[in-house]
Amino acid sequence: MEWTRKHLLGLEELDRQEVELILATADSFKEVSTRAIKKVPALRGQTVVNLFYEPSTRTRVSFEVAAKRLSADVINIAVETSSVKKGESLIDTGRNIQALRADIIVLRHGCSGAARLLSRHLDISVVNAGDGWHEHPTQALLDIFTIKEKLGRIEGVGVAIVGDIAHSRVARSNIWGLSKLGAKVTVCAPKMLIPAAIEELGVRVTHDIDDALKGADAVNVLRMQFERDENRAFPSQLEYFKKYGITQERLEGLKNNFLVMHPGPLNRGIEISSEVADGANSVILEQVTNGIAVRMAVLFLVSRAKEKDETTH
Amino acid sequence: MDAANNVDSILDVLTDGPRIAKVARDIKEKADEIIDAGGRIVMPGIVDMHVHLREPGREDKETVSSGTRAALKGGVTSLLAMPNTEPPIDSPERAALLKGILEKKASVNVFISAAITRGRLGEELVDIKGLKRAGAIAFSDDGSSVENAGLFLKALELARDNDALLIEHCEDRSLSNDGVVSLGIISTKLGLRGIPKEAEYSRVERNVRLAGECGASLHIAHLSTKESVDIIATAKKKGAKVTCEVTPHHLSLTEEAVLGYDANMKMKPPLCADTDRRALREGLRSGAIDIISSDHAPHTDNEKEIEFERAEFGAIGLETELAVAITELIHGKVLDWPGLVRILSLAPSRILGITKGTLGMGADADIIVVDPQREWLVEKKSLVSKSKNSPFLGRVLKGAVDYTVLAGRVVYQDGDGGSPIRR
Repeated sequence: MEWTRKHLLGLEELDRQEVELILATADSFKEVSTRAIKKVPALRGQTVVNLFYEPSTRTRVSFEVAAKRLSADVINIAVETSSVKKGESLIDTGRNIQALRADIIVLRHGCSGAARLLSRHLDISVVNAGDGWHEHPTQALLDIFTIKEKLGRIEGVGVAIVGDIAHSRVARSNIWGLSKLGAKVTVCAPKMLIPAAIEELGVRVTHDIDDALKGADAVNVLRMQFERDENRAFPSQLEYFKKYGITQERLEGLKNNFLVMHPGPLNRGIEISSEVADGANSVILEQVTNGIAVRMAVLFLVSRAKEKDETTH
Repeated sequence: MDAANNVDSILDVLTDGPRIAKVARDIKEKADEIIDAGGRIVMPGIVDMHVHLREPGREDKETVSSGTRAALKGGVTSLLAMPNTEPPIDSPERAALLKGILEKKASVNVFISAAITRGRLGEELVDIKGLKRAGAIAFSDDGSSVENAGLFLKALELARDNDALLIEHCEDRSLSNDGVVSLGIISTKLGLRGIPKEAEYSRVERNVRLAGECGASLHIAHLSTKESVDIIATAKKKGAKVTCEVTPHHLSLTEEAVLGYDANMKMKPPLCADTDRRALREGLRSGAIDIISSDHAPHTDNEKEIEFERAEFGAIGLETELAVAITELIHGKVLDWPGLVRILSLAPSRILGITKGTLGMGADADIIVVDPQREWLVEKKSLVSKSKNSPFLGRVLKGAVDYTVLAGRVVYQDGDGGSPIRR
């Protein structure tokens, strides 16, 4: 099949073949990072702008490395977003970047739907690097890539997603992507961190971590952000770790090749014990490595779709 | 079509000066001008009791002039201007200021509503008596609810003793919790903060009970949930003097419309589930809901073409309310024409206590001629309102105003682009 999308805004709108094409493309790009000269000329002469409205090191660096290994020129823009400072509108900023003749904007933004908004107003490609609580498609793709690499398949695989599902774009993108590929997804958190009607997306909901892990092939542990608990309604950190923390004891009795994943940054001792994070089941650092390949694939595919677009005009 | 006199037949209407002189079969009198309304509906002009004209203070969104020209195009000949202007209409002096602007610039009958509390801050009641003398015919903190129950009860008592109407925007802010869409699968999919239905219906419940206890008249603005409809139906059965309205967008759209983050679909109360929409339609049919109002809420592109959660709440509606009502309710077989005419025109007049909404002999000659079959595309460029934030952009509606007659003069004719041609 051929890739036709100029933007990657989320996994919800992709069909199964499109997700599989990204994974296959990532698979072929993975080898580049093992070469002595870690570069291919696929995006030579193209400009990728990382437009980040939220502080992020790992996603930004991962996109930067991916773009550079494709030989693109990379510009990083970190926009200060205090509510006091009323800056230029997102659309105006995007138009300015387009006027610089950039080719791809990689957008991280605190508002759900920001990437879609930008894509509606620009001709150049927009890649969503996380929008509010909505989607973080490349993170989910690298999670899925890692599972597939380790277990050989996604169809029928049981994946538990544990943590603050309500406020997690990583959870939403994983649910869309995994479900499309036939995985069985369970979400697990205290009730208040499960978003309304989530079971309508075809996932199983449980509030019991052992129930979530039982029979699963992998767990994706979300970062708990206690600092966002305005109403002080979350359980305490200690209580959370006791009830939901991923510890070695909890892994006992699970499958031998059980995978422990985490999108990072880790809160050791809060959602995951150090023992597990550094243990035999952990694939957390491999996720980071795979993130490069997946993001190379995404940048490559959207840039090609655009070229095709231009020739048809 | 005249709900006040139970008229639903093919008749001629003769006006003399600003009033209706005669409604009869085959009128023979000589006329200066004759409108052939064959195949059309002739009905009293729409009375829209929920309109934000934005003047004074936010003339970038709408002005009395642009808003009332939009009204003419939509067949609205009388409207109630909401008081949440900048500054809000919360004193007799400010009501007088608005009255001055209206006298100069309004193209339709504009009635004034005043805030319930000073500055709409929910702390101190306005001078209801003085504001009534200055011309206010209703009171509302619209945009907000009066949070303090004790203060609201006092407002109800004062309204009762002074024969004033209160209108409440029912929303418990502590429950809506900065939400931007209805809470449920859609808010989950979009990753947006959801507003639970309780935010509306718990406040509706509180308010209709307080009104019922003290015997005051209370009108509930823009109902959106099934639960609220049920509460009002029950209160009416018990004899409370409560009335309520629904907007064209809540009758025709559901929360699904928000998928895609179109900020023109962002309003308060938020678009709800299909079960709610059906309950609202059923409420109109059963009489639990009294009227349709547009809640015309203009916002500039700068306030709408931005991140969804930062965009303003509200949608314009003056130019589309009749067409949406015809498309959804007449062609959708929810209501018949006499029912729709009552809901759009007679019933709001009665709630407001104004002598509009009828084509009876001697009544004000505010008349519209409506083509129920004509289809038109809602486009930004054809909208007369200064703001273009319509949730119906790109939709084809069936039903359009051919003529608007105000006080016996033809002030709008289709193709005018909405400007009054003879004033």
